[in-house]
Amino acid sequence: PSHEHKLNFKNSKEACLSYIQDAMLQKQWKRAAEFLTFYIESLEKDFSRDYVNPSEMIWRIGTEILCHRSHSNMKEFNSFIEQMKTLGVKRYLKVCLEHAFHLLCNGRIDEAYQNLSVAESWRFGEQTAIQDKEMKLIRAYRGLLDYYSWSKQKNILLEHNQDGFEDLSVEQEMHSFFRKAAVNLKEIIKVPGVWDLFVKCYVDLLEFYGDHNEARQVLNEYAYNSKFPANPNAHVYLYQFLKRHGESKKSLISALKILHDIVPSHELMIDFNTMLQKSKKRKKRRLGLEVIFAALDYAGWKENVKAWSCLARQVKQIVISDKHLDWIKQEWNSRKDWWPAFHFSRYLAKRNWQENESLAYEKALVAGILLGKDCKYFKYVSHQGCKAQVKRFRILKKFVNNHKLVYLRISG
Amino acid sequence: RDFNERCAQCSEVNWGLTDGGRFYCRSCHNVTERTREVVNTDFAVNSRIQTISKGLRKQKNNDGDCEWYVCEGFQLILKKQAEALETLGVCPQMKDEILYNFWRCYLQKSKQAYCKRPAAEAIRALSACESSTDVDSEPERPSLVHLLSLSESDGDLQTDCSFASSTSKVSESTSVCSGSVDGSLYFIKNQKEKLRMTMPMTLSFCYMALLWLREPMTLSDLLRFVVEGHIPYLNVFQHFPEKMKLCGLDLKIFCVESWPAYEEVYNKMLELAAFLDLPRFPDITDSCFLHPDMLCMKYLMEANLPDELHNWTCRVVKKISVGEADFLTLVPGNKSTRKVKYDVLAAAVIIVVLKLLFLLDDHYEWLLSDFAEERNKNNKEGGPYFEFKKWYKVIKCSLDVEQNKLDEERAKYLWRCEKPLYYSAEKKSKVLKRRQMVVNLQNQFGKLSGSVRPAEKPNPSSFQLSWSEENTDGSCFHGHSLKGILQEKCGLLTAMNTDYWLCTVKLCTEKLCGHLAHYREVVFPESYHFVLRLFSFLLRIQPSYIHDEVCVIEHKLFNKKVCKKPKYNTGLRK
Repeated sequence: PSHEHKLNFKNSKEACLSYIQDAMLQKQWKRAAEFLTFYIESLEKDFSRDYVNPSEMIWRIGTEILCHRSHSNMKEFNSFIEQMKTLGVKRYLKVCLEHAFHLLCNGRIDEAYQNLSVAESWRFGEQTAIQDKEMKLIRAYRGLLDYYSWSKQKNILLEHNQDGFEDLSVEQEMHSFFRKAAVNLKEIIKVPGVWDLFVKCYVDLLEFYGDHNEARQVLNEYAYNSKFPANPNAHVYLYQFLKRHGESKKSLISALKILHDIVPSHELMIDFNTMLQKSKKRKKRRLGLEVIFAALDYAGWKENVKAWSCLARQVKQIVISDKHLDWIKQEWNSRKDWWPAFHFSRYLAKRNWQENESLAYEKALVAGILLGKDCKYFKYVSHQGCKAQVKRFRILKKFVNNHKLVYLRISG
Repeated sequence: RDFNERCAQCSEVNWGLTDGGRFYCRSCHNVTERTREVVNTDFAVNSRIQTISKGLRKQKNNDGDCEWYVCEGFQLILKKQAEALETLGVCPQMKDEILYNFWRCYLQKSKQAYCKRPAAEAIRALSACESSTDVDSEPERPSLVHLLSLSESDGDLQTDCSFASSTSKVSESTSVCSGSVDGSLYFIKNQKEKLRMTMPMTLSFCYMALLWLREPMTLSDLLRFVVEGHIPYLNVFQHFPEKMKLCGLDLKIFCVESWPAYEEVYNKMLELAAFLDLPRFPDITDSCFLHPDMLCMKYLMEANLPDELHNWTCRVVKKISVGEADFLTLVPGNKSTRKVKYDVLAAAVIIVVLKLLFLLDDHYEWLLSDFAEERNKNNKEGGPYFEFKKWYKVIKCSLDVEQNKLDEERAKYLWRCEKPLYYSAEKKSKVLKRRQMVVNLQNQFGKLSGSVRPAEKPNPSSFQLSWSEENTDGSCFHGHSLKGILQEKCGLLTAMNTDYWLCTVKLCTEKLCGHLAHYREVVFPESYHFVLRLFSFLLRIQPSYIHDEVCVIEHKLFNKKVCKKPKYNTGLRK
């Protein structure tokens, strides 16, 4: 690699960096630190031109090494970071922010707060405007920590109220934290991005102080503003909020519809299906079937009794009413090639029966209807169930027998 | 006491230097009794330089800083380098006589001292008029920005550009931009290019002196000692006396951030020898270290090859007449003769011999090795036959280890010197603060790395690889026999191998592309790459330089055959 005829500073330091990189990739922190000591003198000759400049390298590499090599020594880390802050004005706020993260990760919340406050008050000519994004983030995180303080005060207050105390000072503090937090949290969630934690906290504050309208608006913005990246959580939060406030089924369903589109395997799909099944509107019930089938496409749901019971219930209802078998047919069409092996193998029949009788029951019903009474799964489970003289399996067997031709109509 | 004295015999003014340091007239070869005095270069006592600039020197300021010229700086550097060479075993004559004579000759020729109008006066003249003229109206006077942006080679100090632009408005007097009196002058292009002194040139001077004395040190040895730290080069200016303050453009002159390349030092040496009008150098005869017969012996030992190969290198040397004194001796200024790089030549000869005996086409050498192995297994008496495969394994192992060590050392090299540098007084505090931070960080991470940095330099040694026949593991091949690959024909020992492949069918012209051959552009056998790599490591130069030399030797060796386009082998093996 290095028969360089020109042996100079630049080549030498580049080589040094590649040794550092190799050592870090192999987690040889001592060796990385060793080479870093030789790299550090690049600071006295900061090119700032073609490659990432030395001060940024040293900051990032040094942080990695210190994290791994002496993670318990916060004092050392802090002193290192303080030096890094003085190295590059253009990076000052970024370093402050990451420093704060590091402190938070190590449980030093007060220190982190102090750091963020200091950073917030930093001004440096045109750099302040250039580093506007970082400044917003710093304020946002400080707002988050204010929320955390608010939360603590709130709990104290609630305790005291319970005990019959009245505590004006705690209350006042709580309110002041609220004000500080609210201002900053509100600011950051205006910027298109993923701000889950911030949104949750902000909404929590708003709800506590009774400003439901603002809260609803915030959540709607977060979920539906096209400028923001598609975020399943946004819809979850909105849904949860609406549910908390007893909104109509209609609005709940519309909140979950997009979630289904984005994340068909989301855990809320069960609630969604349940709501949809009960709907008087045909379209909604149709959607419900689609939703539950889609959820069960995912491996994570294979052993979810509730999901299977939803599907079983709906399938049973459709079969009994003998209306809309075509719905099942449509859903089954794209699944008939792989669901049998995926869900209804003989091995799974045995396992499900051994591990979870309810699961086996629900699945057996679905299998019996979709694949007929002679399918492996149904045969095994119903046989086992009847052998064990469990009542519902006898009923199940009868039911499937009565509708044994359905599967033909479905598979078409 | 003037160089310009007329010769007593022929009234010419055309002086040269004898070995003994006497002047002799080149026109009539009259040797004078004048000898050069040893110049005591202790700065404060150097009356010579002081006399010259006596009229011009004033104390600049009260804290004892004095005016100094760039050439004085270089003089100090040369002195240090010569002392280091003496420590390495070079004879004292080199420092006391030869080097200094060369240097003083240079000073005279470049009109920096020992002559009627030293360059210093030119500076005074310049600065006298600059105060009265508007800088902008003098287009030929380069601005500070321009001066700072000139670079003589890459790896130059990148100046703090903000400094450059902000101080262009400051007074342009030369005293601001350099601690030395003539530092700024250094970057002004002159009509008569007077071979301005540079840091790499100090090594050219050293090598020239070594060559004159025929000391047993090749240029690659010299450069290696420099990189290993045995000869001061990088940051040597930090040993300047306190009174000589370095700042501004001085840094661009003295502060280099790259190791000089072989070619650079070598070519500059040739230029220098011509510039100084030196006569023919002392003859390189076959008892000299630099003679290919001697150097081949040394390299063969270092490469752990059988001593018997020496016969073959001598034969090749004889055949192509590269052992002649006329070929090997340097005659400065003579553009017609190709200049000899002794180390490269010797390495190339060895490689040609290896090709002659082993073919090195990735087949034949292994075949021969297998025969030798068989023989060695069945026949324990009479000493082992040389097995290429075994040799390859041993060498590759060592080479890889050494190369890795070298690569790591290069990555760990510290370029900064103890003395912090700054361009101007305004920058001083910033530089010092930065320096403090660097030291802190080095300490912090140094502790984490656990080890104390080993500060010892490797002991200087002429041999980088050494092999001892006392090793019982059989890893020394010096005494091995070549019998397995030789045969007798008409009473002469010749190689069993009758083939040869040329590295190149046609030599390129250096004028066109700077090279005689193009190593990188052709696919060669791996064994050939390997031996090139070995010598490239030992000599610390690019393999292509050695390859070029191999091509030249081959063309000399097979001259007739190449021209006649013979049947037996022309082209490259694929």
